[in-house]
Amino acid sequence: MADAEPHASSDHATDEHACYAHVVPVWLLVSVFVALILLTGLTVLLHEPGWRERVGDWGLAAAMLIATAKAALVALYFMHLRYDKPFHAIVFLAALLFVGLFLSLTVLDTVEYQPDIKRYDELRAP
Amino acid sequence: MSQTHDKPNAAVAAPEHPRFLAHHYGSYREQFEAGKLGMWIFLLTEILLFGGLFCAYAVYRANHPEIFHEGAKFLNTYLGATNTCVLLLSSLTMAWGVRCAQIDRRRGLVVCLAVTLLCGGVFMGIKYVEYRHKWHDGLLWAGWFEPGKEALETLDGSRRRLPPGGNSPDNVEERPDGPSPPSPKEKSRRLGIFFSIYFTTTGLHALHVLAGMGAIIWVLVRAAKGHFHSQYFGPVDYVGLYWHLVDVIWIFLFPLLYLIE
Repeated sequence: MADAEPHASSDHATDEHACYAHVVPVWLLVSVFVALILLTGLTVLLHEPGWRERVGDWGLAAAMLIATAKAALVALYFMHLRYDKPFHAIVFLAALLFVGLFLSLTVLDTVEYQPDIKRYDELRAP
Repeated sequence: MSQTHDKPNAAVAAPEHPRFLAHHYGSYREQFEAGKLGMWIFLLTEILLFGGLFCAYAVYRANHPEIFHEGAKFLNTYLGATNTCVLLLSSLTMAWGVRCAQIDRRRGLVVCLAVTLLCGGVFMGIKYVEYRHKWHDGLLWAGWFEPGKEALETLDGSRRRLPPGGNSPDNVEERPDGPSPPSPKEKSRRLGIFFSIYFTTTGLHALHVLAGMGAIIWVLVRAAKGHFHSQYFGPVDYVGLYWHLVDVIWIFLFPLLYLIE
């Protein structure tokens, strides 16, 4: 069954109708939100003219890293994965795994054969 | 076994059976757990759906990166960032709404859902502004891509900054940039594909936002009627999960489309 033990939040009146699911405290929700906004600001900052050159080729990797951190915060706290049964997290991670497989195998394939296509295009070009 | 009961402010129901407990479940908690798993599996399919579009992006960007560098110049970073913050706020209020339902705060729940809906509206408003601008400038998907004068000026200006003889398929012969840019037709064919990807991904995402707003309206009406309480808040939770996923997808779309160097 669920890992989280049902408990009433500190500002809840009666105990007998306590929720059986974990209740996220307000301070945690707001803190996660603030962190998300800061990370958004960071990713925009790294794209600004002053920083772009310093980041250089790592731009895409940095942006994806920040995006993954943001998504993790949303998934763990807003979507409650941190407090749910582990099986829900397994479902989520499985989805990511399959998308990862999908993308990596396809990109491997295209990177392998794209030069051939390009050569064919060039030969054909009027 | 957790207690099941009917709240007095829900409509009058037979005292033996809680109003919103389906007969094939033994308790509200069982029903909640089952519904939650169902929603997570649906989200899995949604992730795979957008995964297909991200795959198209990955393949096309791997093969024609210059098109993405050019195309991104037509996207307004600040509008995109604002939209990101709007959705993040909506996720906060959505999660807060679920919390309100769990602790029997009906008014808090209604307010949170209303603000979430409002944020969705703001997001769609900004999207409309962006799309309208693109429509007027002829910056549409492949086949319909006919950049207007203003757009072409941006294109030519940025074109000159590209390294000569870059891996663009337009530079079949090694002609220098600037004096003789590639023919408009060639340029259009490739850049139009960037906008195909842009409109498909953001368009499908926008449809999901609209569908989410519809679901929130439904839950909002039920919340106002007092259907939800600490033992029964499944619909709020599940709509919340869907909405957070829509937010997560935008979290990835924003840097991939708007923050390309």
